[in-house]
Amino acid sequence: MPAEMASRSQGPSILEGSHFGRFGGIFVPETIMPPLLEVAEAYGSARRDPEFGKRLEALLRDYVGRPTPLYFCGRLTEHCGGAKIYLKREDLCHTGSHKLNNAVGQALLAQRMGRTKLMAETGAGQHGVAAATVAALFDMECDIYMGEEDVRRQALNVYRMRLLDAQVIEVTSGSRTLKDAINEAFRVWMATAETTYYLFGTAAGPHPYPTMVRDFQSVVGREARQQILEQEGRLPDCLVACVGGGSNAIGLFHPFLEDDVRMMGVEAAGRGLRTGEHAASLTAGSEGVLHGARTKILQTAEGQIRTTHSVAAGLDYPGVGPEHALLQNTGRAEYVGATDEEALDAFEMLNRLEGIMPALESAHAVAHAMRVAAESHQEAVVLVNLSGRGDKDVGEVQRVLAERTP
Amino acid sequence: MSRIGACFDELGRKEQGALVVFTVAGHPTPALSSELLVAIAEAGADIIELGIPFSDPLADGPAIQAASQRALAEHMTPARVLELAAGFRAARDVPLVLMTCYNPVYQFGLEEFAEASAGAGVDGVIVTDLPPEEADDWAGIARKRGIDTIFLLSPNSPAARVKKVVDLAGGFVYCVSRLGVTGARPELPTDLAQLVARIRGETTKPIAVGFGVSRPEHVAEVCRVADGAVVGSAVVSLIDRQAGSAGPAEAVGAFVRELKAATRSERVTKPDPL
Repeated sequence: MPAEMASRSQGPSILEGSHFGRFGGIFVPETIMPPLLEVAEAYGSARRDPEFGKRLEALLRDYVGRPTPLYFCGRLTEHCGGAKIYLKREDLCHTGSHKLNNAVGQALLAQRMGRTKLMAETGAGQHGVAAATVAALFDMECDIYMGEEDVRRQALNVYRMRLLDAQVIEVTSGSRTLKDAINEAFRVWMATAETTYYLFGTAAGPHPYPTMVRDFQSVVGREARQQILEQEGRLPDCLVACVGGGSNAIGLFHPFLEDDVRMMGVEAAGRGLRTGEHAASLTAGSEGVLHGARTKILQTAEGQIRTTHSVAAGLDYPGVGPEHALLQNTGRAEYVGATDEEALDAFEMLNRLEGIMPALESAHAVAHAMRVAAESHQEAVVLVNLSGRGDKDVGEVQRVLAERTP
Repeated sequence: MSRIGACFDELGRKEQGALVVFTVAGHPTPALSSELLVAIAEAGADIIELGIPFSDPLADGPAIQAASQRALAEHMTPARVLELAAGFRAARDVPLVLMTCYNPVYQFGLEEFAEASAGAGVDGVIVTDLPPEEADDWAGIARKRGIDTIFLLSPNSPAARVKKVVDLAGGFVYCVSRLGVTGARPELPTDLAQLVARIRGETTKPIAVGFGVSRPEHVAEVCRVADGAVVGSAVVSLIDRQAGSAGPAEAVGAFVRELKAATRSERVTKPDPL
């Protein structure tokens, strides 16, 4: 089926990379097809243009602050008593997360396409802040769609977006979280695509976003691969990254795909996989079509999308990028869950032992990395993508921990 | 010829446009929904589109979103929509089209859904998020069961896509009047005639215009240039307003009669295809 796809319709160049095995694709209403194909075409031409690559590289270095460090966690390693734990410090990117890597790339593309306005969805607010930031940098207007529930629990990021002169639009439909923000953003984009560029924040959704976002985030894995070779003289044994939509994970994994390196994606197990209150699309979901792609989703037997739960707003999503669905199916990557409790414990642990405050999303990866490290021998190396910093979560952590303490 | 094709042919002979009426299955309740379908047919709708409610519809505006949520709260499932369709088919001969997002069909199973639809007397299916690029599996299966797959075209569809979509189209070509989601609007876009003419240049298949068509005068205007008008959100909103009343079917029937009357006025001869 994918092979046939490439050979017909719009021609191979626009649909190139639109499918990941049986996953991915472009399942959207007709009105969104022309703008998506226009983005795909523009991206195809940009990636072949050395000038675009140079501008992106310069912005990543001078504005985002790349390369980010690869940091050896001495005390955390000692505490776990096994493998050496390294953190890829995406939390040290300007704006505090890996999201800016993608936002900078897509803003350059929007400018190239002559768009004057950006729009974006956001869950934890990290992508919203990144989009609002590049809008300021490129002198563009910016509308951010955010679920009402997320606006409440990520108040700090909402205020940051407003400081950056973006308009934050509260979405009150459905479960009032990331899924609904994406629905609303696509609905608005249907009518505004001529002037507005939709800066999608994760490696999910319809073609060309899974491919394009992965490409822009792969700088994380490329740097990490080179850094670990310099610091350890060898490749890591295991990569660990949290997975909501999956952009930080695919960005870390992709440059290691051909290597003999284990890859583990950590989903939000929420209150536990058995409770049904989680956001583990890969570990507990099934194949379906959501937000323009065939992938693994959380749904009822009749194909209605389930509401999800995670303490981390950025993981609170019932779908996942289609390339992860493929990597899971082929066995190249493994996907596991970490609960709210485990993430909160890891959040506290990394603060106390390393003086690093991870985003609650990234704390899921840290939680699982600690388990892997504890079960590994001392020469083993575990490399974790610390995708964002946790300042935005302080209020929510305080609230949740206060409820937890009897 | 399919029931949909025959319907457009007959209306063409009578120099009338087709009135296509959309409702959400199970809205406001499954029982009322069943009653409303018959009332809409009685009142003169030429084709009925029955929406399968989905939790996350990308192309729908607030009215149909809310109606879908309400139907889901009434435990409406694709299987029950098919029962509703079969019940309607036993009572009336009006062509029936199911309108849905892809995931509920995908979970039902493509073969199973096509078989069950054919068994329920369904004539066509519109899958709003299944563009031609992804439609091969479904369209092939539907064709074998004699079900028309109806595709949408939009004002921003470039010429090459128009050609591709009309070639694949079964039943009729659904022309989206404007960019954006479904929903009632005070006026039709001014460039509607050019849009329809652009599609007409590529096909002799019937063209129905929807999205924002909400008043009898809109229907009359649409039927001057196209073969049919689709009214959805305006009917859904009326059902909402009437849901608490003793006889919502009566008010909805009266509105549909007005809409149908508008398809008979000022009909001009269909322009010759190029």
